[in-house]
Amino acid sequence: MSILHWAIFSPFILAILVPLLYKRVGRIHTGWFVLVLPVLLFIYFFQFISVTSMGDSIRENVSWIPTLDIGIDFYIDGLGLLFALLITGIGSLVILYSIFYLSKEKEKLNQFYVYLLLFMGAMLGIVLSDNLIVLYMFWEFTSLSSFLLIGYWNEREKSRNGAQKSMLITVFGGLSMLGGFVMLGLMGGTFSIRALIAESGSWTSHSLFIPAMLLILLGAFTKSAQFPFHIWLPDAMEAPTPVSAYLHSATMVKAGIYLVARLSPIFAQIELWFWIVSIAGLLTLCWGSFFAVKQTDLKGILAFSTVSQLGLIMSLLGLGAAALHYDGLDDQLYMAATVAAVFHLINHATFKGSLFMAAGIIDHETGTRDIRKLGGLMTYLPVTFTITVIGAFSMAGLPPFNGFLSKEMFFTSMVNVVNLNIFDMETWGYLFPAAAWIASIFTFIYSMILLFKTFTGKAQLDKLEKEPHEAPIGMLISPIVLAALVITFGLFPNILSTTLIEPAVSSIQPAADHLHVHISFWHGFGTEVWMTIGVIVLGILLYLSLSRWNSIYHIVPERFSLNALYDSILKMVNNGSGFIAKAVMKGSIRSYLIYIFAFFILMMAFSLYHKGAFRMNTENTAPIGVYEIILALVMIIGSISILFAKSRLTSIIILGAVGYTVALFFVIFRAPDLALTQLVIETISVALFLLCFYHLPKLASRKEERMTFKLNNAVISIGVGLVVALVALSAQSQKFFAPISSFYLENAYKEAGGKNVVNVILVDFRGLDTMFEIAVLGIAALGIFAMIKLRLTRGNK
Amino acid sequence: MEIVMAAVIGILFMCATYLMLSKSILRIIIGTSLLSHGAHLLILTMGGLKGGSVPLLGEGANSYADPLPQALILTAIVISFGVTSFLLVLAYRTYQELGTDDMEQLKGNDTHE
Repeated sequence: MSILHWAIFSPFILAILVPLLYKRVGRIHTGWFVLVLPVLLFIYFFQFISVTSMGDSIRENVSWIPTLDIGIDFYIDGLGLLFALLITGIGSLVILYSIFYLSKEKEKLNQFYVYLLLFMGAMLGIVLSDNLIVLYMFWEFTSLSSFLLIGYWNEREKSRNGAQKSMLITVFGGLSMLGGFVMLGLMGGTFSIRALIAESGSWTSHSLFIPAMLLILLGAFTKSAQFPFHIWLPDAMEAPTPVSAYLHSATMVKAGIYLVARLSPIFAQIELWFWIVSIAGLLTLCWGSFFAVKQTDLKGILAFSTVSQLGLIMSLLGLGAAALHYDGLDDQLYMAATVAAVFHLINHATFKGSLFMAAGIIDHETGTRDIRKLGGLMTYLPVTFTITVIGAFSMAGLPPFNGFLSKEMFFTSMVNVVNLNIFDMETWGYLFPAAAWIASIFTFIYSMILLFKTFTGKAQLDKLEKEPHEAPIGMLISPIVLAALVITFGLFPNILSTTLIEPAVSSIQPAADHLHVHISFWHGFGTEVWMTIGVIVLGILLYLSLSRWNSIYHIVPERFSLNALYDSILKMVNNGSGFIAKAVMKGSIRSYLIYIFAFFILMMAFSLYHKGAFRMNTENTAPIGVYEIILALVMIIGSISILFAKSRLTSIIILGAVGYTVALFFVIFRAPDLALTQLVIETISVALFLLCFYHLPKLASRKEERMTFKLNNAVISIGVGLVVALVALSAQSQKFFAPISSFYLENAYKEAGGKNVVNVILVDFRGLDTMFEIAVLGIAALGIFAMIKLRLTRGNK
Repeated sequence: MEIVMAAVIGILFMCATYLMLSKSILRIIIGTSLLSHGAHLLILTMGGLKGGSVPLLGEGANSYADPLPQALILTAIVISFGVTSFLLVLAYRTYQELGTDDMEQLKGNDTHE
């Protein structure tokens, strides 16, 4: 165990200690103890910047299941470090915020911090794991802890529903991702990501390559809320706001982004990756930004905006994949997309985190998050207003904030798609920047709604539950830090370029050498600038005329939405399985017997036919004698006449007759012991039958009657008889080796000192059978005794 | 002879199946009895019905009937007897406690409670 291992597992260890601290030191808010850890981890990870910016990496292995090639191997390179810093940095801020957000008296803080620490450890594990299986393990840990955190207020039904929805969708994706990982492991012969990347490219034509890619993308898309799997994210807003800020804007939803970025060197070898990732991203971008405008809940807007921003990053990663195909003269232009993706990833974490925290403050201080009730809060919450201005303007892509820079780079990449004619898409290529541009307009609109509907206009104090006032300073620290970062990164973007972005990009694009990232604040009047100006102008016009056109959201009714589809699928699965179970499990023994017999007939008949096993061979058969024929006729007539017997006495006596015929068969076929036993046992059986049924009191409800004829019963029973007869004939006709009976015949007297070979076999050669047969009889006798003697009536239970 | 026996066994199985699919407990148990007869005869037939003496070495014959299937059947007879008697008493008690021998009236699953 290296220090790195201890660092990654430390949140899990602290999670064990949290309830103890909570119980013992109840006077101090538990969050203060928790806060120390992410701060220390942040400092610890921060020192690795010097390593990764040199292009080096750190690897620590600990063996876990060596026979299955599963080791807890951690690896720090640019991409992993970037995420680790985001997780620990924003984690510290979120915990600080939560200390003031969650009340010490009212909330179950021990649970909250256990779940949060579990999540933090799992997330660190995802981004630093080198082994795919270990990565999957941490991945499911995040699903689990996210489920627990969304359902934190589990007494509310909406929380439970949101938690269940996110669990179902992300675990569905997680499991398909596991399938993809296993395929990847089969192709590469190892589960180590670095080893797979090192020899990628050799299996692009492997038959498992595309299935593996699709399954892994499914996992990434569900986790990162890409269209159409984004529906869990808005419902996850039932979680406490610190959770929304941490999991559902900055970290967990970026796990899918991480995975796509991490596996790009393997899968981006084929064009399909480029198409799927970039188109899914663009679709999500447009969909999310379009529907964010419709929302009336602050966190609802932010959830859809997260969806749309994740789509933006995803589409940039898709475009960046083109660099693997067209290196050469325009290398830097494709690389720009990846750079933009990484840059926007950082920016989004900063401004979205601060916006969520601001929304939480508004909720906390006014008692509502509904923008229809809010308004005019500018004078009441001046600091929060400032934070929201910075966050919203950055999200909308306005200078001088960092969102402006990444939005410009986004436009640049999208415009390049057209200019460079990659993959022969001269005409369709125009859709890329067009979609990006339209989505940016909507992004601008909802950012403005978020800001102005909340803080300007007339204050509606009568609708608010509380008198609004500024939040305590402790709650403001975290969003202020994030807002300060938004401005810092906006004004001095190059402090990130060599420290974080370059190493991260070179992890995504390992082939790229002499990479030099320089983000200039002003790059002249290019197409991008005019696009941004267009966004601002159109955005302002559309925002001002919002009330005139927002009826378009009612064109498609609610029941055709994706949520309704999800609900109806869930209902259909539930009802469908209930329907099948009801149809199949009738509770009557007859129907189950019919299934069993029908299956027996079909299986045996099919395998006889399929394998050509049926043979008829009369060579080795014994001659047919007169006595045998007579006995056979008696037996056939007897057993068939049972079916037609009216009284139970008749059928018992015929059964006895059949049994005695069997004994006679044993006589004819030279089995004296069998004949004796059969005679005795048949006598006792018949006596028992008579005892049980003849001496029973007549039940009033029961008339003696013949069996009613049922066609399907007849078909099934004829089928069973036929199949058994055919199998018997076929087995009789094909003997593959001589019986071992000669051994018994030769040695019965020599070895065992007995002349009755059957008895010698029963008690000497195969005495164990007899012992347990005795046990069976004993158990039956005891069972019968108990059944008769023990009378626990229903009243006594 | 084996071919005739195969037909007899087939008919025994058929009747047994038909009885087991009926409603009355008595007929179901008669069905299981018939089924065990069929199975015993099947074992004997599959062991071969060719001539030979009774497997008692004192006979001094040249060939004997195969003793192994006979030992197997003997075990099977005893076990099926144990099970049948248990089933009979079970059916008798069912009769007494529940007042019916109709399997359709005894049916039910969790949803019908």
